Amino acid sequence: MTTTLHDHDRPQRTIDEARERHLRNVGRVSAGVFNPRQLLVSLPDALRKLNPRHQLKNPVMFVVWVGSVLVTVFAIGQPGAFTVGVAAWLWFTVVFANLAEAVAEGRGKAQAETLRRTKKETVARRLREDGTEERVPGTELRVGDTVVVEAGEVIPGDGEVIDGIATVDESAITGESAPVIRESGGDRSAVTGGTTVLSDRIVVRISTRPGESFVDRMIALVEGAARQKTPNEIALTILLAVLTIIFLLAVVALQPMAGYSGAQQSVIVLTALLVCLIPTTIGALLSAIGIAGMDRLVQRNVLAMSGRAVEAAGDVDTLLLDKTGTITYGNRQATELIPVGSSTLDDLAGAARLSSLADGTPEGRSIVALCAREHGLPGEPQAGERSAEFVPFTAQTRMSGADLNGRRVRKGAASAVRTWVAEHGGSVPEEVHRIVDEISQQGGTPLVVAESTNGAAVVRGVIRLSDVVKKGMRQRFAELRAMGIKTVMITGDNPLTAKAIAEEAGVDDFLAEARPEDKMALIRREQEGGKLVAMTGDGTNDAPALAQADVGVAMNTGTMAAKEAGNMVDLDSDPTKLIEIVEIGKQLLITRGALTTFSIANDLAKYFAILPAMFVAIYPQLGKLNIMRLHSPQSAILSAVIFNALIIVALIPLALRGVRYRPTTATALLRRNLLIYGVGGIIVPFVGIWLVDLVVRLLPGIG
Amino acid sequence: MRADVFVAAEAPVMTDIVAGLAQVGLLVVALAVVYRPFGGYLAHVFTTEKHWRVEQAIYRLVRVNPDSEQRWPTYAAGVLGFGFVSALLLYLIQRFQPLLPLNFGRSIPPGMAFNTAVSFTTNTNWQSYVPEQVMGDTVAMAGLTVQNFVSAAMGMAVAVAVIRGFVRFRTDRLGNVWVDLTRATVRILLPISFAFAIVLVGLGAAMSLRSGVSVTGLDGAQHTIALAPSASEEAIKELGTNGGGIFNANSAHPFENPNAWSNLVEIFLLLVIPVSLTRTVGVMVGNPRQGHVLLGVMAVFWTGILTVTWWAEAHPNGPAARLAGAAMEGKETRFGIPSSTLFATSTTGTSTGAVNSMHDSYSGLGGAGPLFHMLLGEISPGGVGTGVYGILVLAIIAVFLAGLMVGRTPEYLGKKLGRREVTFASISILAMPLLVLVGTGLALALPAVTGSSLTNSGAHGLSEVLYAYTSTANNNGSAFAGLTVTNDFYQSTLGIAMVFGRFVPILATLALAGSLAAQRKVPETAGTLPTTGPLFATMLTGAALLVAALTFVPALALGPIAEALA
Repeated sequence: MTTTLHDHDRPQRTIDEARERHLRNVGRVSAGVFNPRQLLVSLPDALRKLNPRHQLKNPVMFVVWVGSVLVTVFAIGQPGAFTVGVAAWLWFTVVFANLAEAVAEGRGKAQAETLRRTKKETVARRLREDGTEERVPGTELRVGDTVVVEAGEVIPGDGEVIDGIATVDESAITGESAPVIRESGGDRSAVTGGTTVLSDRIVVRISTRPGESFVDRMIALVEGAARQKTPNEIALTILLAVLTIIFLLAVVALQPMAGYSGAQQSVIVLTALLVCLIPTTIGALLSAIGIAGMDRLVQRNVLAMSGRAVEAAGDVDTLLLDKTGTITYGNRQATELIPVGSSTLDDLAGAARLSSLADGTPEGRSIVALCAREHGLPGEPQAGERSAEFVPFTAQTRMSGADLNGRRVRKGAASAVRTWVAEHGGSVPEEVHRIVDEISQQGGTPLVVAESTNGAAVVRGVIRLSDVVKKGMRQRFAELRAMGIKTVMITGDNPLTAKAIAEEAGVDDFLAEARPEDKMALIRREQEGGKLVAMTGDGTNDAPALAQADVGVAMNTGTMAAKEAGNMVDLDSDPTKLIEIVEIGKQLLITRGALTTFSIANDLAKYFAILPAMFVAIYPQLGKLNIMRLHSPQSAILSAVIFNALIIVALIPLALRGVRYRPTTATALLRRNLLIYGVGGIIVPFVGIWLVDLVVRLLPGIG
Repeated sequence: MRADVFVAAEAPVMTDIVAGLAQVGLLVVALAVVYRPFGGYLAHVFTTEKHWRVEQAIYRLVRVNPDSEQRWPTYAAGVLGFGFVSALLLYLIQRFQPLLPLNFGRSIPPGMAFNTAVSFTTNTNWQSYVPEQVMGDTVAMAGLTVQNFVSAAMGMAVAVAVIRGFVRFRTDRLGNVWVDLTRATVRILLPISFAFAIVLVGLGAAMSLRSGVSVTGLDGAQHTIALAPSASEEAIKELGTNGGGIFNANSAHPFENPNAWSNLVEIFLLLVIPVSLTRTVGVMVGNPRQGHVLLGVMAVFWTGILTVTWWAEAHPNGPAARLAGAAMEGKETRFGIPSSTLFATSTTGTSTGAVNSMHDSYSGLGGAGPLFHMLLGEISPGGVGTGVYGILVLAIIAVFLAGLMVGRTPEYLGKKLGRREVTFASISILAMPLLVLVGTGLALALPAVTGSSLTNSGAHGLSEVLYAYTSTANNNGSAFAGLTVTNDFYQSTLGIAMVFGRFVPILATLALAGSLAAQRKVPETAGTLPTTGPLFATMLTGAALLVAALTFVPALALGPIAEALA
């Protein structure tokens, strides 16, 4: 760690990098989905799920299951191409539904396997009360035990560093290869079991029981073992069950009507009609959609403690975003050079650059970069400059600089430089104070640059350091606004500074000079108005607010307290990811709604296929409804059943990937999805059933 | 009501489309004129804290504290209890008719009395009897007409309780059922019925306590023409969307509905409250556009059904009607095709069930129109009160799907729609299809029942049975005559359909209202799905259409569709 004016060790990830990563993740998902091998690999699991006890969990598919059994019994009684065909495809319908779930779970299992590998058998060096060590297996550790971990050793369990500082390789969990620093006290004290200490020695107090560690929970989550139905999913399941009951009634009541009309129907045909009508498409894919939604979060290195939190993310009305690291880059950067007195801009640039050449702090680097970018000076030290002697920043001098061939340049806080100039026989022009005050008022940090050559010190000018809003943030906030989400920037800056940055970034509101309790009050206020609030946080003092927020995303670099309080943990510790989380939450709901609409809209075509087929014998005029010109009653019914089964497989990729989501207004979203999944849902089966019929009519034995 | 009572002569058919359109135009203008003031008045009636003196007298009499409010179970218990006591009293009045004045020597058998008691207390007004033959004036006025008022008032009370569920937050109180019932009767139904009874008398409707007059016909034989206090009964029959006629021929009878003007007035009366209640919703939730959307969807269905029915009757597919040029069988020549279909559409879109023509005689497609109108769940614009809560429940289902599609937990009128809301809305919607399908299936599965009761066989016979259960389960009361419904099987199963068709949705919707009222208010943000625009109206129309179509298409295929395509 370097000592700088602003100390931050958070990985500086730009929004572009985040996006790139996002795309990579999406790519990873798709690549998995379209691999047909996954269907094959999951087949055994899918067959195992034919167990009626498993089917009972899903009312829609349970009806299909019962129907399959019924039709099979009748098909055995009167074997034929039609009866056997219907029976087989009904079973396929059930299997395809199981397959969707199995594929979704399978992908989680692969991730769980990777995680399990990190759960190597570790030997912990537990400290006895007298300070001596004993070696025990990691699985025997209890909450409150303290263990010593040294370079090259694996941390045996989740806990808090209570002594020492070390670099830790957390790539096993986060996939991030750069090591992170963990030290006692402060906000970077949490360590995770299964990660490796790279340097130094730390003492860790264990905070979770074996089997309940972070990695364990993560495994349970990605495997879907801990999956519970979310509120919206339950409500949708009820609606689907009701639709199923209505269609069951419609089909059961049809038999006496058919009998009265003189066309008693076989159980096989009635079952085929029922299965085609009940919302099998969404019923089959519902649980896969849920698992895949959680999975998409995991792919983005976010761990949701519950599905409820993911859904809540889609409902969020207000986003609280920390200014530093989320909206602006973590460090202030040089944005302007202001010469004073008789100095020219070139004089100032030269001096500023020289003073910062050897200064490795982000501020120093940004000064060199500014000089190179805007004043054409070399960005690297030249041959003659390598001999310069660097004067580092210290808390006493509050200046840094360089000495080269009798030329001494310094930059630092105004008061420190004033003293230095006075000591070296110079004076500070009045305008410097004015400029310094102005920059401070506008929320920037002024650095005064002075130079002394041949014993005479002169102030060259002032460097303005300011917060730089990350690229693409404005657009992102505009998108969020379109989605109806209000963004609030939280900062410790004074209101004036905060306002300037808020305007530049395009956030809707800001909270300046924010203390943790102010944050809490803001969340409460929003919630009392019925709004859902999301925030990120890492420090222990964020914990209450994280717990209060509807969606609290804790940074993995944060304290255990913060991680426990939030309902999600971001392993990348990237606060901008909150926006992606919201999108994933929305996408999850949209996928469910869209496929439900699609599923119900499909029924229209199926009626046009099956009803004429059933009754054309007694009412020839109903043949006019056979607008698809299907070959025969038998081929029509079988084609509808086959289409009904195949559409499930065809939609598995969509269910796993999620419906495409672009931030826009609710009306635009609804219009688009209604058009694609509603109108499309009406048209697709007409074409699909017609196509299937072209093949089915060629089957021997189909009339 | 028998199909063969009124068969038009092969008179020159009045195909005056212009006259028909003018009538529709007048009707729409009249409704538009009263929409805002009357809808606002209805809202005021149910929100004001002031009691009228006559109301206070009633509250004292029945020992109700009008300023105490009830939780939904209490409110529901009030609705159910009142319905039960009403049915019991109505049954007893009918059975004791021989002891009552103005009985004209008529009596009512038990099965019929049960069916009629249930029918009038559920606002159905299904009539399995011929009024001129069994009902005396005391039963008609003190029994049936009283129920015409209070059953309609109860519908409004439930609707208002549901609207309160949306409007209120963090409370378990939905209002006071007795207050709502009293106000609906005293401040809305009584004054308007009184005024329009006089109007109808002026237009020529009969108003007499005599049983009838004897006349010598052209054939020289003595005939008795029945008389009744028809004008006063007619006003509330339409205004309360009841539909039970005091004559067997219902509004086809010249003493109930003498001419084109009275016909227009009656159609106006049966539409005015259900239509204006959408305004009441808008006023009470603080956004009239929310009401406009509901009204818009209602209007789309009403117009659609009217167009189809009118067209079908003007272009019949039967050989006899083709010869005649239009399907005039079962229609009054003084009304013709446009006024008959306008009445048929409005009576089936509301839960009225009054008829000025015989729906049974309509062509295949023409008969399917009114039938499908009821199968939509009577939401266009629906019965007094029932229409507006019916469409609100449907809107909840539509919003649920639409809300998911925009990626948020669905919200409607400031309330979130979760597990409880979807469950109650589903139960409310499920009741009607269940009763219609099971009832029709059961009736047709029993050859003994079908064989003896149907005058028609084949597809039309099926339509008749389907229509009977649809009409009763929806509390409409209109009949596809031709089905003899006086045997015990129909009296009891149709009675059950009326009871459950009325009270299951009421219970479910009140539970829904309770659950909504307990919620906090969700603020409307830019991310909230707007439920005021044409897009949502389309979604709601589609949802209602799809639910009804998908549920009933198989049954319709074997009845009206097979007839229409023949």
